[in-house]
Amino acid sequence: MLRIECPCCGPRDHDEFRYGGDASVMRPRHDDPDPESWYRYVYVRKNPPGPHSEFWQHVTGCRQWLVVERDTRNHSILSVGFARK
Amino acid sequence: MSRYSAFSIFRNGLSGQKNWQRAWRAAEPKPAYDVIIVGGGGHGLATAFYLAENHGIRNVAVLEKGYIGGGNVGRNTTVIRSNYLLDGNTQFYEFSVKLWEGLSQALNFNVMFSQRGQIVTAHSADQLDTFSHRANVMRLNGIDADILDRDEVRRLVPYLDFSDTARFPIHGAILQGRAGTARHDAVAWGYARAADGHGVDIIQNCEVTGFVRDGDRIVGVETSKGRIGAGKVGLAVAGHTSVLGQKAGLELPIESHVLQAFVTEPLKPLVDHVVAYGADHFYVSQSDKGGLVFGGNLDGYNSYAQRGNLGIVREVAEAAIALMPCISRVRLLRHWGGVMDMTPDASPIICPTPIDGLYLNGGWCYGGFKATPASGWCFAHTLATGKPHPLIAAYGLDRFRTGHTLDEAGAGPAAWLQ
Ligand SMILES: Cc1cc2nc3c(=O)[nH]c(=O)nc-3n(C[C@H](O)[C@H](O)[C@H](O)COP(=O)(O)OP(=O)(O)OC[C@H]3O[C@@H](n4cnc5c(N)ncnc54)[C@H](O)[C@@H]3O)c2cc1C
Ligand SMILES: [Zn+2]
Repeated sequence: MLRIECPCCGPRDHDEFRYGGDASVMRPRHDDPDPESWYRYVYVRKNPPGPHSEFWQHVTGCRQWLVVERDTRNHSILSVGFARK
Repeated sequence: MSRYSAFSIFRNGLSGQKNWQRAWRAAEPKPAYDVIIVGGGGHGLATAFYLAENHGIRNVAVLEKGYIGGGNVGRNTTVIRSNYLLDGNTQFYEFSVKLWEGLSQALNFNVMFSQRGQIVTAHSADQLDTFSHRANVMRLNGIDADILDRDEVRRLVPYLDFSDTARFPIHGAILQGRAGTARHDAVAWGYARAADGHGVDIIQNCEVTGFVRDGDRIVGVETSKGRIGAGKVGLAVAGHTSVLGQKAGLELPIESHVLQAFVTEPLKPLVDHVVAYGADHFYVSQSDKGGLVFGGNLDGYNSYAQRGNLGIVREVAEAAIALMPCISRVRLLRHWGGVMDMTPDASPIICPTPIDGLYLNGGWCYGGFKATPASGWCFAHTLATGKPHPLIAAYGLDRFRTGHTLDEAGAGPAAWLQ
C-alpha cells in the first residue's frame, strides 16, 4: 500500500485518495489554435520509470488536491505538497 | 528438432525421460540479423515465428531481458474471446480466435486451448440491450454470439447469486461459446520452440538499452550482450514501450499500469465457463488444477513495479462474493501483478513508426493475450512488407492525432480512468 503524507491530515492509506494523473502536463491556453498542443496535452505522456509528479485528491479526507512525487518503480514517495500554488 | 507425438512420449518413457531434446537452443547473438524483435513475450515470439513461417525470413533474433514467459504472457488470466463491438477490433480478434483454434497443431505444442465459452452477465434491461447490439454486430461478422435470458443463465451457471437479495440482480447474459482459455506458458514455449525450429535465435538475459543509428535510420540495438546490427527492429515489450520508445525518440500516448491476477485454493470442478460480471470489473474461470482464477481492475496509477497492492485484493474479493456468494469461505492463495501499456482508447498500437527501421507492437492494455497469434501474424507481415497488415489498419499511432480512436471501453482519454 502507498502511504501519502497529507499536509492537512497526516499520513493516510492511499485508498482514501483518488489518482489524478501526471501533474507535469500543462494545459494549453484556452485560445491556443494549434491542434498539436491539444493533442500533446490530451494524449502524450512521458510515463517515466522513476520519479513521477502526479495529482492525488484526498477524497475521503480534507478533499485537497495534492501533488505527489512518487517513484513508479517501487512506490516510494519523495514529496507531497498542495496542488494550488 | 524432433516432433512431439504419442510415439515420442512412448519412446522417451522407455529411456526414463532422460533424452528429451531442449525445446529451443540457448542462442548467443550473431553480429547482425535481418530482423530483431525486442521482447520475448507471446507477441514477440509469435512475430518471430510468423516471420519465418509466412515470409521465409529466418535470420531473426528475439531479445529478452529476462526469461521468456516471465512477462505478461505468463501473468495473465488467459481469457480468449472475440466479442468486440467496433469495426477493426471485431475482425482482428476473430482472426485471432481462428488462429487459436488451430494453434496446437500449427506449433506441434499443446497450448491447451479450451473453448469453454464466456458468459458476461447483464444486470439491467439496458445492459441486455447493449449486449444484443453487440451480439448482432458479432453475428454480422460471422462470429458466434447468443443472448440468454435470466432462466437460461441460471441453468448454465446456477452457482451465481440469483437470490432476492442479490446486490445487482442478473437479467440475462451474452455468451460466446467459442471463447475460452489457454495455458499461457505453453503459448510462449510453443512459439519459442517453433520459431527456434525455423532457425530464429532466442536470446534470453539480453536487455536492449539503446539503438544504433545510421543518420536517421535505426540499424541495430545496444544490449547487455553488446551491439547487434539489424535491418529492421520491432518492439514488442508490453509495459515497457515508453521506456524504449523514449530511447528511440518516440513520444507515445501510453501509460504503464499494473494489473493483478488472483488464484484460490483448488476446488472440485465448479466453474465450467469463463464468467464475467457485468456490474463490476471482475471475471472468473477455473484452472485445470482446480484453482479459481480471478481478474479485476487496474491498481489505478502509473507503475513499473511488477507487483500489486492490497486495495485491489479487497475490491476483487468483494466483487467475487457479490457474484458468487458460495465461494465466500474459499481462500485466496496468491496474487501477482503485470506491467502493461495503457492507451487512451484501450486499443493497441501496431504499426511502422515515423522512425526509419523501427516498428511498434504495444499498447495492449489488459487484453493482449487473446491477440497473441493475430498480433504476431500481422506484425510479421508489417515488418516483412513495411506496410501495416489490413487487419491492423485501425491500430496506427496517428489515430490519436486524426481523431480516429477506437474507444471500445468507452472510457475517455485517460488510461487511469479505465
Ligand atoms: C494480471 C493480468 C491479466 C491479464 N488477463 C488477460 C486475459 O485474460 N486475456 C487477455 O487477452 N489479456 C490479458 N492480459 C494482457 C496480456 O497478458 C498482455 O496484453 C500481453 O500478454 C502482452 O504481450 P506479451 O505477451 O508480448 O507481453 P510480455 O510477455 O510482457 O512480453 C514483453 C517482454 O518484453 C521484455 N522486455 C521489456 N523491456 C525489454 C528490454 N529493454 N529488452 C529486452 N526485453 C525487454 C519483458 O521482459 C517481457 O518478457 C492480462 C495482463 C495481466 C497483467
Ligand atoms: Zn487530507
